[in-house]
Amino acid sequence: MKPMSVIVRTMTRSLYPFILLFGAYLVVHGHLTPGGGFQGGAVAASAIALAIAAFGGTKAYHEKTLALFESGGLLFFLSLGLIGMGVAFMWNFLAGSGSLFGDPVAYGSNPGYLNTAGTIPLMNIAVGLEVVGGLGAIMLAMGSYAFDEDKEVSS
Amino acid sequence: MSFMDQLPILIIAVPLLGAFLTPILGMMSKKLPRYTSTLFLAVSALLVALMAFEVYGGDGTPIIYTLGSSDPTPFRIVLEIDAFSVFMAIIMAGVSLAVSIYSWSFTDKYTGQDKFYTLILLVVVGSYGMTLTGDLFNLFVFFEISSIALSGLVAFRMNRGESFEAAFKYMMYSTLSGLFLLFAIALLYSQYGVLNIALLAQGITADGFTPLNKVVLALLIGDFAMKAGAVPLHMPSPYAYSESPGGISTLFMAASQAGLYGLFRASFTLFGGAISSMGYAAVGWIVIILGVLSMFIGVTMALVQKDVKRLMAYHCISQTGYILLGVGVGIAVLGDATAMDRYGKAAIEGGLFHTINNALYKGLLFLTAGAMFYATGTRNLNEMRGLGHNMKITTMFFLIGAIAISGIPPSNGFSSKLLIYESVFQFNPALSAIAMFVSVLTLASFVKVFYSAFLGPKMKDKEIKEVPSSMIFGMAILVAAILAFSLFPGLVLDTLIKPAVEALLRAWPIPGGV
Amino acid sequence: MIDMAPYITVAIIIGIGLYICMFKSNLIKIVMGISLIESGVNLFLITLGYRHGAYAPIFTMFNGGIMTLPTPQALTLTSIVIGVATTALLLAFVIKIYRHYGSIDAKDARRLKG
Repeated sequence: MKPMSVIVRTMTRSLYPFILLFGAYLVVHGHLTPGGGFQGGAVAASAIALAIAAFGGTKAYHEKTLALFESGGLLFFLSLGLIGMGVAFMWNFLAGSGSLFGDPVAYGSNPGYLNTAGTIPLMNIAVGLEVVGGLGAIMLAMGSYAFDEDKEVSS
Repeated sequence: MSFMDQLPILIIAVPLLGAFLTPILGMMSKKLPRYTSTLFLAVSALLVALMAFEVYGGDGTPIIYTLGSSDPTPFRIVLEIDAFSVFMAIIMAGVSLAVSIYSWSFTDKYTGQDKFYTLILLVVVGSYGMTLTGDLFNLFVFFEISSIALSGLVAFRMNRGESFEAAFKYMMYSTLSGLFLLFAIALLYSQYGVLNIALLAQGITADGFTPLNKVVLALLIGDFAMKAGAVPLHMPSPYAYSESPGGISTLFMAASQAGLYGLFRASFTLFGGAISSMGYAAVGWIVIILGVLSMFIGVTMALVQKDVKRLMAYHCISQTGYILLGVGVGIAVLGDATAMDRYGKAAIEGGLFHTINNALYKGLLFLTAGAMFYATGTRNLNEMRGLGHNMKITTMFFLIGAIAISGIPPSNGFSSKLLIYESVFQFNPALSAIAMFVSVLTLASFVKVFYSAFLGPKMKDKEIKEVPSSMIFGMAILVAAILAFSLFPGLVLDTLIKPAVEALLRAWPIPGGV
Repeated sequence: MIDMAPYITVAIIIGIGLYICMFKSNLIKIVMGISLIESGVNLFLITLGYRHGAYAPIFTMFNGGIMTLPTPQALTLTSIVIGVATTALLLAFVIKIYRHYGSIDAKDARRLKG
């Protein structure tokens, strides 16, 4: 794909970190406000789509990096499930225990504290990484299918 | 909590772990993914065998496992495993192991092998998940996982345009049927407020056949019949079977058995109470008509094919018709206790025995067709002849598979077909006559294939060699199972099939004892 | 009568989607029809959870009263994700069919007849 004009490229360079930041905010606050893994990951993947459209697919990302994000995210998710195997698969071993995300949740309605809910924010982060990798790989593949006539995506 | 308590989720989690380790391992070395994925499949097959010992040795109550906590309440995702679930999981375990060993040398010429094995592991995860779960929405999610991964595998040969056409048609049908399955689940959720199969069964038995429940039953039968490949929803199946690479047709067929699992689970466990209390024979007759149409249309379309894999795909549709006929007779007599004891249970036993036999001999026949394609480079029967001179082992395996599928004594196909003939004859003699006629036509078409492909003078322009040893080993696993089932049918019937039928006819207990 | 408005909308959307899937021959239009049916089923799932005079089921800043059911919203989210995956796969197949056959009309992609 040919890169687009100077104005588009400059604006993309300015906007790219903000879109990623907004996606990360949606992912991390998934247990308090509407959002979570898939929603935040889809917003962050739109930043990748912007970069692919502005700079040309093969210059912006390598396919192997995105595949690594995807596999790594899911392995993190599965390992979070398997760590709690002492009681059951995907048991929430961090809730109410005082360590990483471990404050207990107060009863009734409250403004919501970020430090609660145990493994749920960690699973949101894992799913967000995986969705970024997956949707980014889809857009990279479709971009290079459509425009590079003789280049096949293979590993 | 001991290791045996965690078995149900490990059966699903181990291939999933393998599926996502495979791309990372594939970046390191090109040949490593095939061995590690076979290792993961062997480990999960071992776990299925352990689970089978535990379930068959128990007293018949299903094993309940809750995700995320140690006390089972029906509002969490529960896995509920009884003898019928383990029976279908055993079929998938054996077939997936044979296919993965067969594919070691079949994919030598292809690039992108790590993705191939990732997709195979995802299909296995989807099938295990469908058979082991006790929650209806979980069933939908695993249904979609297996259909997406299967259509990716069908389109694997990227240099020919026909594989994409077949994959597009299969994916379109699967997506539509998945969406209507979701619609039926939404209708059930709106009436009863729960998604757990045991609680839903209790609610449906209390309500009977309201018009909404009739719509739900029709949608459920339609969806699972499409996945199993029954006529008149069979359109994408022959294309998908013939365009997929070598061992994938076998995996495809084993994943379609999971569709049969869903159909029987919906008819017996969900709606069984309602059918038996109202004495409706209409539901059973619908399944019987689906079965008879599949048998007849499958075998008559198979007689005129020149492409050997498409011929076998139509035979697969016709054998699925046998299974639907047998179990449909069982559904039709659900309300009648005396008829059930006389021939209903024998009909369901025949149907389930035919399921595992179909997986074994049809799987073997697809693998030999893949071997023929590997040796000659073509699938057209007019262009190959005289393969029996050089490919002696493949010829012998094909002969064993053809004898089994035609129902010639003493093969295992004969045992299951005899059960179906005798029990269906007591229900309605005309159906039994149609079934025997279809069996004769099956024998005729396999005689044609054997004659044109394996007998005759040698081909002069190609050099035919025997296929590599990993493919022979993969086929030999299935042949050993066929021989074992043929020599001891009574043993198989008593230990494997009868507990599965008992479990199918019993109502499920509610998790947590609510 | 105004209570039935979402259900009538669901019926109209699924009806239009089925009509497109059955009677149009352009492959991309068929993919759009499948996407319409998906949207109709998702709308049906969300509408099931509504209760009269209820607020959105968000835990923070909640001030009494009743909430709508949150479980159908989780089911809808899963269904949307599955829909993204299937639409991406179908569109990738359409691109490859165009590369090999030269047209995206379903009447021309008939090499597998018989």
